[in-house]
Amino acid sequence: MELKTIENLAKLARIHINDETLAETAKSITEVLALVGQLQAADTDNIQPMAHPLDAVQRLREDVVTETDQHASFQAIAPATENNLYLVPKVIG
Amino acid sequence: MEWETVIGLEVHVQLATKTKIFSAASTAFGAEANTQACAIDLAMPGTLPVANKQAFHYAVMFGLAIDAEIGKRSVFERKNYFYPDLPKGYQTTQLALPIVGPGHIDIELDGGEQKRVRIHHAHLEEDAGKSLHENFQGMSGIDLNRAGTPLIEVVSEPDMRSSEEAVAFARKLHSIVTSIGICDGAMSQGSMRFDVNISVRPKGQEKLGTRTETKNLNSYRFMEACIAQEVARQIDCLEKGEEIRQETRLYDGDTHKAKPMRSKEEANDYRYFPCPDLLPVVIDDDFIAAARAALPELLDARSARFESDYGLSAYDAGILCTDHPTANFFEATAKSCDDAKLSANWLMGDVSAKLNAEEKKLADSPISPEQLGGLIARIKDNTITTKIAKQVFEFMWAGEGDADAIIESKGLKPTGSGDLEKMVDEIIANNAKQVANYQAADESKRPKMLGFFVGQVMKASKGQANPQQLNQLLKAKLDG
Amino acid sequence: MHNLTIAEIIAKLRAKEFSSTEITQHFLKRIETLDPQYNSFITVTKEQALAQAKAADKRLVKGNAPALCGVPIAHKDIFCTNGVKTSCGSKMLDNFIPPYDATVVENYAKQHAVILGKTNMDEFAMGSSNETSYYGPVKNPWAVDCVPGGSSGGSAACVAARLAPGATATDTGGSIRQPASLCGLTGIKPTYGRVSRWGMIAFASSLDQGGVLTRTAEDAAIMLNVMASFDDKDSTCVDHELSDYTATLQDSIAGMTIGIPDEYFSEGLDPRTQELVEQAIKQYEKLGAATKRISLPHSHLAVPAYYVIAPAECSANLSRFDGVRYGYRCEDPKDLEDLYTRSRGEAFGDEVKRRILVGAYALSAGYYDAYYSKAQKVRRLIKQDFVNAFNEVDLIIGPTCPSPAFKFGAKGDDPVAMYLEDIYTIATNLAGLPALSIPCGLADGKPVGLQLIGNYFQEGRLLNAAHQFQTETDFHTLSPEGI
Repeated sequence: MELKTIENLAKLARIHINDETLAETAKSITEVLALVGQLQAADTDNIQPMAHPLDAVQRLREDVVTETDQHASFQAIAPATENNLYLVPKVIG
Repeated sequence: MEWETVIGLEVHVQLATKTKIFSAASTAFGAEANTQACAIDLAMPGTLPVANKQAFHYAVMFGLAIDAEIGKRSVFERKNYFYPDLPKGYQTTQLALPIVGPGHIDIELDGGEQKRVRIHHAHLEEDAGKSLHENFQGMSGIDLNRAGTPLIEVVSEPDMRSSEEAVAFARKLHSIVTSIGICDGAMSQGSMRFDVNISVRPKGQEKLGTRTETKNLNSYRFMEACIAQEVARQIDCLEKGEEIRQETRLYDGDTHKAKPMRSKEEANDYRYFPCPDLLPVVIDDDFIAAARAALPELLDARSARFESDYGLSAYDAGILCTDHPTANFFEATAKSCDDAKLSANWLMGDVSAKLNAEEKKLADSPISPEQLGGLIARIKDNTITTKIAKQVFEFMWAGEGDADAIIESKGLKPTGSGDLEKMVDEIIANNAKQVANYQAADESKRPKMLGFFVGQVMKASKGQANPQQLNQLLKAKLDG
Repeated sequence: MHNLTIAEIIAKLRAKEFSSTEITQHFLKRIETLDPQYNSFITVTKEQALAQAKAADKRLVKGNAPALCGVPIAHKDIFCTNGVKTSCGSKMLDNFIPPYDATVVENYAKQHAVILGKTNMDEFAMGSSNETSYYGPVKNPWAVDCVPGGSSGGSAACVAARLAPGATATDTGGSIRQPASLCGLTGIKPTYGRVSRWGMIAFASSLDQGGVLTRTAEDAAIMLNVMASFDDKDSTCVDHELSDYTATLQDSIAGMTIGIPDEYFSEGLDPRTQELVEQAIKQYEKLGAATKRISLPHSHLAVPAYYVIAPAECSANLSRFDGVRYGYRCEDPKDLEDLYTRSRGEAFGDEVKRRILVGAYALSAGYYDAYYSKAQKVRRLIKQDFVNAFNEVDLIIGPTCPSPAFKFGAKGDDPVAMYLEDIYTIATNLAGLPALSIPCGLADGKPVGLQLIGNYFQEGRLLNAAHQFQTETDFHTLSPEGI
């Protein structure tokens, strides 16, 4: 795997990877991809992908408000808040 | 070169559910920041979504209203991207299997011509929160109250050819979702938001030009302005021999200008895949039947019914079916007086003129449909003339009561038939000469000569005599 | 006292041989003195445990107390506990104190069970050796230079070291069964959807399933009775009739047919492990079960499919850790991108990063069909193998792991070697089937696990078969030297 590809993936996943560890990361990911590459040999013609182990369907919830305001306890564990708002570096619109 | 504009719309419609699409937190607008964002909406670790039945009910109602195929098996997928107003780092939406398949919406163009706009599909998804760009120590503030509000995104085919058509489509969609009650339609609160796909091509060319997408439009006016600007920009580019870049543009409601979004965001690869926390939603025939039963009569269908049931012209029926409140007002009036034509005329005439003059909505009319019906009934049974009715209407509008009470109290009651006959007899007795002349005259001259007697009785009755009744009475007495 | 099973503790609490407070104090004391050498707990909730024990003692006096009333247990640090740090073994959540309980935690609280603390684990449950924990590796009580397995290494080590009689755990690809095998315990992963995932921090949503680690099958049945529930807060939780797993433990297994898959006894299986597993199969024949060779022809594709699906799901599941609403946030972010990339870059460990990147790759434009979609198709083939097998047999038997516990660092820089540790356990997660591991002997003083796989919702039958084995053998009663 090329370093450029890893850099792009890291950017997509918003994970900073040090330049020193980039090559090591690329190497190990290449190994993992070689392992999963074994899938290509499987004959999957006419097989539907299976996203869930059980063939179940979604239950639907009644439209009734049961949640109450708990912003104080949620924001007590937040890194930065002001006026009830979560703070982040300026979002450029 | 002559250019043709091609427009497709993607419309986000907030559904009027009480709770979020995946949590039981309230969706009410205007609450204090983050007080309606529960653990699920905040994407706290270990929390899981459970889908709201009402959101599906509304989505299916919409599908039925636009004559679309209903997705009996729909699947939520994760659309992955990072943004502070998107707590999970992915938006739960539908892609391959949406709840609403292909359908259509008919729009009315200037000159009464109808045009069909095809709907590619409509899918259910969750809304994001809001970033507030006020300066908090150089930071932005995030309010997640809106996060998780259910939306349907309605995606049209590129079937519109002008900003007028696009606006007509948007208005029609607004009318549909509000009239079937699945959206409050409050555009200023963001209940409906538009993304516009625009391209131009030489007239006659079949191949579509490169399109741009302008996001974040929340009024018809902005949409119109934005389309005009973008079409002009694209034509200008092409005429200069430049290529149109496929890009996403953001409309700024303050500057009234659209700018391309940063290319960084455009390069996003959303990595959609089926959400493993949610299972496929299977809609059965009973569910669809319940949605159909909940659907009020659509305006187009109602208009057609007004033509056939009430014998109204297509034009009148169309006007009365601008919205359900107007159509309801009409039907209630017609029912109470049993005269659809007069009801239509009064509603589109005097009532409408009064409302316009006072800049009022029909809902604010001081006269109820039953009261208006009561007035029309008195015209029908010849108690009053149309002319008197207009005076009665004024008193009614001023809040002085029902037609009957006003007619009585204001002495507008025309001379009753007994009174009229007495009056006629009196006039005949007092004008023996004219009576003799009349009776001696030739048949053909008599109608003209009758005018004298009519005038005398009218004078005596202070104009309140019913002319038709009077004519009959006079002829009967004079002709012998 | 610490060598008692949960079943024995329940009986003795009722016989007033000791109080909940006494046994809780005993385990807390053991944790305090012995755990520094195992590192099996991330958080010990001493004050809370004593308060719970006191309340449980009162409840016991009233009579008719729930089964687990007053019994001390430990929770894997993946289950959210209201007011108690829940780290998931990550620096990312080192400061995270949830304001809510997982459904599993609630279920045990309703029973008045006593919670001793939160156990160590691989970071976000990604690992098979407990070496990826931010809080350091857990030592295997049978050989402290060896790994206890993972990701539920802390839960396994604390039960093996008699620091708790039982612990909750989770299993995404073998994270209950593999540590059970390496630490000489009974560990069961129920059918997908049997245990609520609400409040259980997600690694791979379609594979994760809560379960328990205990010393005996009977204890596992007692604990699972409480853990299993229908929960409408988890859309994937199944509304399937609940059974009393203790009620069927004594049933005879004579006449049961047990399948032996050829693919589970091939190259890569340690010969000592193979021998012990074959002896165990003979034991089952002695108990009256019929055995039958079967084939699960797509077994070799389970690990490759898993290492697409699990990373794909985790790459999205872990996006919420962004430094905005809770958890780790980097110092002085210069802009939004910096906040994201440094918070995540600094707080996630290498294995977590690796899986997120692999997952992002497998889902990215141009690769989706070749990786993600392909893996989901193979997943169906793997499930179909089991469906076919269960038309012929009642249970499937085989090794849990290819070999006994290995030394720290032995697979350190080779992720693929580590991934192959779960070669026999992963397929059941892909298929959503229940499976358990029970001890079947020692190889060079280290435990070896026997795996039993059941059909959907056949936890009762699995525990019955495990219990019957344990009535005839004493591998489950062995304890590490010095304990």
